[in-house]
Amino acid sequence: MTLSADDWTALALTAQLAALVTLILFVLGTPLAWWLARTTSNWRGPVMAVVALPIVLPPTVIGFYLLIALGPNGPGGQFTQAIGIGLLPFTFWGLVVASVIYSLPFMVQPLQAAFEAIGRRPLESAATLRASPLDTFFSVVVPLSWPGFLTAGVLAFAHTVGEFGVVLMLGGNLAGETRVASVQLYDYVEAFDYAGAHRLAAVLMVFSFLVLLAVYARRPRAA
Amino acid sequence: MHRLSALMFALGLGLPGTSAHAGEVALAVAANFLEPARVISAAFTRATGHSVHISGGATGKFYAQIVNGAPFDVLLAADDETPARLIAGKQAVPGSAFTYAVGRLALWSADDKKVDPAATALRNGQFRFLAVANPKTAPYGRAALETLKSMQIDVPDNKRVVGESIAQTWQFAASGNAELGFVALSQIWKDGKLTRGSAWVVPDSLHTPIRQDAVLLTRGQNNAAARALLDWMKQPATQRIIQSYGYGT
Repeated sequence: MTLSADDWTALALTAQLAALVTLILFVLGTPLAWWLARTTSNWRGPVMAVVALPIVLPPTVIGFYLLIALGPNGPGGQFTQAIGIGLLPFTFWGLVVASVIYSLPFMVQPLQAAFEAIGRRPLESAATLRASPLDTFFSVVVPLSWPGFLTAGVLAFAHTVGEFGVVLMLGGNLAGETRVASVQLYDYVEAFDYAGAHRLAAVLMVFSFLVLLAVYARRPRAA
Repeated sequence: MHRLSALMFALGLGLPGTSAHAGEVALAVAANFLEPARVISAAFTRATGHSVHISGGATGKFYAQIVNGAPFDVLLAADDETPARLIAGKQAVPGSAFTYAVGRLALWSADDKKVDPAATALRNGQFRFLAVANPKTAPYGRAALETLKSMQIDVPDNKRVVGESIAQTWQFAASGNAELGFVALSQIWKDGKLTRGSAWVVPDSLHTPIRQDAVLLTRGQNNAAARALLDWMKQPATQRIIQSYGYGT
C-alpha cells in the first residue's frame, strides 16, 4: 500500500492547516469561551447561537458565502485588498480563515463547558489570596480544566482535517496550496480511481482513530 | 352492495384512462442540463400525462449511485462515456444511448470588458486566476485543457483554479474571484444571447466534441413512459429548446 507523492503533499498540507487553525482557535476561542462561561450579559445567548451556527449550516453553504464575502466585490475581499494582502479565496490563508470560522464551535463549546464546571469557589479563593485575574486563570483555571482544553483542541483539529465542503468551495483545488486530503480523496472517487481512494481513506481513518484514541484513552473516567 | 359495485366499476373504468397511459419516469440529469430538462419534461407531461421526477447532480455521482441500485429509469449524462460504461456493466439497455446535446465551451468573465473576440486577456495572461472544471471528472474541464493546448497557451498550475464541477467553476468566475473561466455556454446563454459579463465562444475545432448522451437504464427498460421520454428528446421541438440554451444538437 503506497501513497503517491500528491497524496503525501495533500496529507502534509492538511496537517499544517489543522495545526495552524487549532493554534489560532486556542488564542481566539479561550477568551471567548471564558467570557461565555462567566458573563451575565444579555448578549450571551445571541453570541452562543452565532458560535454554534457552523454546526447547523451545510459546509458548502458556508463556503459559498465566504467565496462571495471574501471575493473582490464582497466586504471581506475589499477589506483584505485595502490592507494590502490581496484576495483570500484560492489561497492557503483563505482556508485558514474559513476553517477558523468553521471549527470555532468545536473549540468554544468544550472550553465553555470546562470553565463552567469549575464554579465560583476556586476563583474566589484565588482572589482572597490576591492573585491577579490573569494569574488566577493560568494557575487555577487552566490546570483545573485541562481535559476541556485537550478535548477542544482535538475536536477542532479533527474537524479541520475532516473539512470538505468549505475547502472545495473556497480552495479551487490547487496542489500544495489548497488541495487537502479530503479533496484529493474526492478527486479519486470522482475519477473512478477507487483503489487510490481506498488507500488514502485508510490512512485518514487510521490517523483519525489514533488521534481520537490518544485523547479518549487518557481521559479520566467520570467518578 | 349494488352501489358499492357501481362505485368500484366507476373507479375501475376511471382508472385505465389515467393509469394505462400516465406513467412515471425517474430521471437523473447532469447538473449543466437541469434547467432545459425541467422545461422539456414540463412540455412532455403536458403532452403525454406522464409525470417526470427529476434529480439533478454530477454524472460521476449518478454512476456510483446507479451501480449501487439507485432507482432511476433514464440518465441524461454530461458525457458519452458514462452511458457506455453503464451499458457495459449491464446497468443500462444496449443500443438505447444517443447524443441529445453537444456541449459548447465558452471563455467567460463576469466583467463586461474582460473577454474580447480574440481572447486577448487569456493569450496575454492578464488574469490572476483562470477557473477550469476538473479535467479528470468534468468533460468541460477536459475540453478546456484541450483548447489551451490547441491555442498553445500555457497556464501555470498556480494560476489555474479547479472547480469540482462546471457549476462550481461558474461560481468561481461569477463571484469575480477568478477573472476568467471556461464554463458551459449553457450557463451564460439564454434565448440566443449572453446573460451577463463578456464571453468568447470557443470554436468546436479547438477541442473534441462534448457529447452528452441519454441512456435507458435497466430499471426503466419495461417502463413505457421512460421510452416515451427518450423519444421525446429526439423531437424537433425539443431539439429547438435544447439549442436555445446554447447547446448543439
